[in-house]
Amino acid sequence: MNYNWNWGIFFEQSPEGTGTYADMLLSGLVWTIATALCSWIIAFFLGSLIGVMRTLPSKGANAVGTAYVELFRNIPLLVQMFLWYFVLPEVLPQAWGNALKQLPNAPFYTGVVCLGFFTASRVAEQVRAGIQSLPRGQRLAGTAMGFTVYQTYRYVLLPNAYRIILPPMTSEFLNNLKNTSVALTIGLLELTARARSMQEFSFQVFEAFTAATILYVLINLVVILLASLLERSVAVPGQR
Amino acid sequence: MFSNFDFGVVFGSLPYLFGQGMVFTVTLTALAAGMGVILGTLLAMARLSGVPGLKHVAKVYVELMRSLPLVLVIFWFYFLVPYIGAYLTGASRPIQVGAFSSALITFTLFEAAYFSEIMRAGIQSIPKGQTGAAYALGMTYAQTMITVVLPQAFRNMLPLLLTQTIVLFQDTSLVYVLSLTDFLGAASKVAQRDGRLVEMYLFAAVVYFAVCFSASFLVRRLQRRVAIIR
Repeated sequence: MNYNWNWGIFFEQSPEGTGTYADMLLSGLVWTIATALCSWIIAFFLGSLIGVMRTLPSKGANAVGTAYVELFRNIPLLVQMFLWYFVLPEVLPQAWGNALKQLPNAPFYTGVVCLGFFTASRVAEQVRAGIQSLPRGQRLAGTAMGFTVYQTYRYVLLPNAYRIILPPMTSEFLNNLKNTSVALTIGLLELTARARSMQEFSFQVFEAFTAATILYVLINLVVILLASLLERSVAVPGQR
Repeated sequence: MFSNFDFGVVFGSLPYLFGQGMVFTVTLTALAAGMGVILGTLLAMARLSGVPGLKHVAKVYVELMRSLPLVLVIFWFYFLVPYIGAYLTGASRPIQVGAFSSALITFTLFEAAYFSEIMRAGIQSIPKGQTGAAYALGMTYAQTMITVVLPQAFRNMLPLLLTQTIVLFQDTSLVYVLSLTDFLGAASKVAQRDGRLVEMYLFAAVVYFAVCFSASFLVRRLQRRVAIIR
């Protein structure tokens, strides 16, 4: 094995002239986290909406929810990324398409929207499972109290369902975070892309990927820690 | 809306898309799923074995793989496999590994982590009394696993294993980052050659959707049939 290890590489200037290789990786980390958080906001709200729609008594809402989930779950994320980035501006009216193409930071916005819609289908399934795992009596009790459907969901079903699905939602959040790396194919300079360009500039393959690996593992650990703190702070006293 | 699009380019490239692209994707999916399930089962058995060193190695491996993005893992193995090959064969410089073998090794090792979590749940779903009974009959660990526990675990977990295989089928599109010619790679090469991104990517999306939707429909039907024995 004649590989030249050089761990000092991180403190050498990168050819981009904006700092060291370590700075380059850290800027990638920032983009990864920003993309993950922004897309999670879309995924959480849209996913909750779709998940709720799939549990409503209305047949129409059910069909829309099911169609959404099936559509976004059965197309690979990479293909969806290309659809949003290359196809959408072409099929929109010309003025809109041009506006989209000229958007500064287009890979970031496209990545956020794509991941948001993609993860929403997974969040929707968790929310639906959470609501359906509640005893039927809770919904009936809400109705008996004279709550409207909206009030039943807002005050009875959702607060319980979210507490139940917190652990699977954490892993959906982590999946979303890992999926941000797919956005490198449309030019987002997130952590994996930065590790890859560090490897291309410096030929120090394994140092670059080891650093990226350690950073990903660290974010995972932080997220798991925060989720367990959140779980403890929202737990209903006396339950379980 | 589609007036100035030319869907003829899709028909012209069908033999290339399916003859090369889809064959690559399906072969990679099938081989990686098969080998991944075997390796995953071994990992699950190691994790449940209670042998101190083995148990921890399996756990660290699975957790590490599950916390990394697939794209990063693909890059890792693309560069790492030639060095490992050189180390194993005693060669003095990194050996040449074909793109397909590299992708196959990557997906097998990556998916094994996910399959092992499924198989671990499967093995744990078999009541302890059954293993106890097998040992009481004088069976060895291997006999107990092969003739009593694993057949049932596979049967119980078959729907989940197949669902994970559908996910794997979608994930193989990520070999795009290595410029390999899988189904999406083939579509993308035609798209860039003819300047027909919209048509080719829409067609790729429709094909992936059709395959995955019908596959998951079949899995759901299978799930209902398998569910009876529990």
